[in-house]
Amino acid sequence: MSENRNGIMQEKDMRQVAIKQNIGKGVVKFFLYLFLITMALIVLFPFYWMIISSLKSLEEYRLSVPTFWPRTIMLSNYAEAFKAANLGRLFLNTLYVGVVSTLLSLVITVLSAFAFARLEFKGRETMFGLLLATMMIPGELFTITNYSTITQLGWMNTFTVLIVPFLVSVFYIFLLRQNFMQIPNELYLAAKVDGTSDLKYLWKVMVPLSMPTLISITILKMMGAWNSYIWPRLVANDAAHQMITNGLRNAFTDTTGDVNYPVQMAAVAIVSAPLFLVFVFLRKYIMAGVSRSGIKG
Amino acid sequence: MVDSKQQWKAWIYLAPAILLLLVFTVWPIINTVRMAFLEGYRGLEAVGGQSYSFGFGNFEKVIHYHKFLNCLKTTVLLCVLTVPISTFLALIIAVALNNIKFLQKGLQTIFFLPYVTNSIAIGMVFAAMFNIVGSFYGTENEIIATAGIINNVIEFFGGEPVNWINYGSTYTANIIVMTVYIVWNALPFKILILLGGLQSINKQYYDAAKIDGTPRRRVFTRITVPLLSPMLAYVIITGFISGFKEYSSIVGIFGEGMGPADDPGRLNTIVGFIYDALSTNSQGRASAAALILFGIILVVTLINTQVSKKRVHY
Repeated sequence: MSENRNGIMQEKDMRQVAIKQNIGKGVVKFFLYLFLITMALIVLFPFYWMIISSLKSLEEYRLSVPTFWPRTIMLSNYAEAFKAANLGRLFLNTLYVGVVSTLLSLVITVLSAFAFARLEFKGRETMFGLLLATMMIPGELFTITNYSTITQLGWMNTFTVLIVPFLVSVFYIFLLRQNFMQIPNELYLAAKVDGTSDLKYLWKVMVPLSMPTLISITILKMMGAWNSYIWPRLVANDAAHQMITNGLRNAFTDTTGDVNYPVQMAAVAIVSAPLFLVFVFLRKYIMAGVSRSGIKG
Repeated sequence: MVDSKQQWKAWIYLAPAILLLLVFTVWPIINTVRMAFLEGYRGLEAVGGQSYSFGFGNFEKVIHYHKFLNCLKTTVLLCVLTVPISTFLALIIAVALNNIKFLQKGLQTIFFLPYVTNSIAIGMVFAAMFNIVGSFYGTENEIIATAGIINNVIEFFGGEPVNWINYGSTYTANIIVMTVYIVWNALPFKILILLGGLQSINKQYYDAAKIDGTPRRRVFTRITVPLLSPMLAYVIITGFISGFKEYSSIVGIFGEGMGPADDPGRLNTIVGFIYDALSTNSQGRASAAALILFGIILVVTLINTQVSKKRVHY
């Protein structure tokens, strides 16, 4: 009798514990979502604010109680921003620098990565180690001398100066070499037996097999051109060669005080738009490249 | 035969990279070190045939230069504030994301979004958010026509609006704004790395803890953090390295003046100091400052790796 009662009690206790645990789990889940969604809203807020501000009229923007949705949508801000910052010209300049430097950089990276991954030569490991060691050095150290070098070469205010000094990226060579080394050596030897030349093998086998890495490199390189600011400001800040970030900063020098923010935000939105498109469609390649780097752009 | 053929072939494949590296990487290392030790070296004078004596003069001048000390202070302050805050926030966000299923991918995407932005452009958005029209400076009946959205929110909760970045703002207020912006900017990379690390932790550890009835907090401090420590170390080291190279985020918010209108240059950083020296053609001073920056990064990295050796568990 008492044993039976004990059994019932235990069952009851267990059920109560289970319910408590479930409630506990539910509460934890609730707070997890609450926390994550709050943080996500904070992260998104600047983008939201940029877009709605860019659509407001100046009078509405200046209301002391802000509106969270524009009363009248002023698309004319975008037209004005486009003209004020001469964004069309800046866009073409940046696109040109981005495309040319990406193409050349890809060729150099593929060739070097192939040599380091497949060809045998004296001092291969030593040289690769030295290359990796240069990644430790802050870029400013190079910039100081490069500035004198390009002045002496007469490259000041040309597109060359925006393209050539950054064509070789040790990090990209490293990334692609890792990828090339995963391709079995037997394939290479088989191709050799068939009398395929190295270049043909590289182009027909290794490049297609490494497409994801090559796409990652392309995106990061293009984003680098789009976001570059310091070097162009130093060496090519004239109207004919200005890059988009510099143009944006120069067109709107005042960040505080009585500024026509709607137009400024429209310009910022236009400059950000291509990056968002890349993000939406090619996110996984960026994430794959970034998680192995730690470098922005 | 094949061997020697491979030898020269390899060098042909490497030729473009080697040529460019020699000009734009190897030579700069040698030349920058040389200029740093030539006292008072100036590029334009050197072309004119001036010679310089060898010594530590540039370094001494830089270290005693109060402008440089200000840059160093701002840089270190921003590092010390932003790295712990962003690492901690990224850690709890990553752990939270790892504990949910519904909406995980969507939220992960949102948290990665700030990575793919232009730091100058979004800096301008932050400036708009913190801006006030009119100022607190001067007379008492100065009218604030519009406070930015951040001040609107502060006023909504009954607080006093703050002059964050305008004419007459305080250094502390400026630093808070910069910290918020840099943390916002640094989160995506850290979350990405930490979440990747969390997802590769073997589920068995958690199952074992569940059987033992280990409380959540203990699971976090005794399983999650130790097993994540290599990723944490990586995120902290890269955080410090990019923190010491902080520059364009400040240009984004304050413009090229690197400070509020009444005190330009107040928020200048080491990198900013190097570029200022370069643009006045003082290559000797710029080189010395760049080597000091390199030294700082090296020391911080070494300390971090030493600490991680003791603390990092695999």
